[in-house]
Amino acid sequence: MSSKYLIFLGCAVPYRVSSYEISSRKVLDKLGVELVEMPEFNCCGLPLDPVSHETMLILAARNLALAEQTGLSIITLCPGCAGTLKKVNKILKEDKAQREQINSHLKESGLELKGSVETKHILQVLTEDVGLEKIKNAVARPLTMLKVAEHVGCHLLRPGSVIGFDEPENPQTLKKLIEVTGATCLDYMDETECCGAPSVGVSDKVALQLARHKLNHVKMVEAQALITICPFCHIMFDTNELRIERMFNETYRIPVLHYPQLLGLAMGMTPEELAFKELRVDTSKILQVIEGVN
Amino acid sequence: MTEIQSSGEPIKASEIDPKFKYELTRMHGGEKLLRCFQCGTCTSDCPVARFSNDYRPRTIIRMAQLGLKKRVLSSNTLWLCAACFTCTDRCPQGIEVASVIRILRNLAAEKGIVPQVFKDQSTNILNSGYAYKIPELRIKKREIQGLPPLPKSNPKNIRRALKGINFIEKKEKEEEQREQ
Repeated sequence: MSSKYLIFLGCAVPYRVSSYEISSRKVLDKLGVELVEMPEFNCCGLPLDPVSHETMLILAARNLALAEQTGLSIITLCPGCAGTLKKVNKILKEDKAQREQINSHLKESGLELKGSVETKHILQVLTEDVGLEKIKNAVARPLTMLKVAEHVGCHLLRPGSVIGFDEPENPQTLKKLIEVTGATCLDYMDETECCGAPSVGVSDKVALQLARHKLNHVKMVEAQALITICPFCHIMFDTNELRIERMFNETYRIPVLHYPQLLGLAMGMTPEELAFKELRVDTSKILQVIEGVN
Repeated sequence: MTEIQSSGEPIKASEIDPKFKYELTRMHGGEKLLRCFQCGTCTSDCPVARFSNDYRPRTIIRMAQLGLKKRVLSSNTLWLCAACFTCTDRCPQGIEVASVIRILRNLAAEKGIVPQVFKDQSTNILNSGYAYKIPELRIKKREIQGLPPLPKSNPKNIRRALKGINFIEKKEKEEEQREQ
């Protein structure tokens, strides 16, 4: 059975994190998930929620209305986009007066939101549509020598009452997906805490301290890699790791992989195919560990 | 923008707006503001408060309840919230703390008090649909990387949809004046 989704790339992925897109597309293709490009796109709206809630609602509604015209559900790589599109769809579906008000902004460009589109983050598609069993069967080289830590981040889980996915205080989805690859997923302190990314630009120092706090705990349990599922979290830990090391006189050298990169390796794809060379932190050590098993 | 003055500067009766809290409870996400009894769960679980000397969600909520409108809207710490929603999920009174902070930021932004990063992102969205200026090189590189072209956006229709939004119109006017 194959499933078909409209892929909503968001802004951060094409701007800075192409390794996430490349590895996601490869893995989804091999697992039989078909992706269709958005006919037209604008930012999901989340970055402007702090300054204008209404702007966020309109920007998200535009995307949802465009998706409705295709009759397909949305898949996102960014939990921020997923959370926003889910939240806005829920708010506007339930509140008729607000829906009409937002629709009055879309009318001029021939769009209307009905509230019929479902949005899923890639993690949800992997667990709910593809299923752990099928993923397990696709694993060609189990990564049994690897001990990693996971970081789900915030927007796939919270606010729990709106998102309704997994257990925000004790999330298990990513852990299970990691264990299916054969790797061990380690617990560490403050595992569900924020990476700090949304505070970048307001106070970089505070933002980087949040990331440092997490990296310290990941280091403490001697994880060989940190696994993320969000472009922003990845930027905080991978792109900024060296900066954090310099700023706070720390040493980590912890590779940060997108989950589809880890899964792709287990499915037998090469680091080149999975765009490992786009990563900032050196991954040669864990790649040697993996090669050593085979 | 000024620092939050939770101590030191005495509060004057004249700076209190007793109706402010009702204004907030009428807004989406602010409905339960009055329930706060200052237990401090939000601040003690806040990852930003851990590393900031003055960002305290509990203080912000109290200032909002008291009607210290000018102080709270002009404080720069309001902008430190990472919107991780931990406070919202854990508040024993069911207050959407992060949403109250978002409402306060929205009100500050309408008065023109807003960090540059948000102005830049809204300009990018109005001009290109994307929140960041994606370099031409990146867009070209997609083909080499085996990626499909980026979906097109329609800035004209985005502007149409955002007609009448205070924050956007104010920002546009500001930029127009700067260019003249």
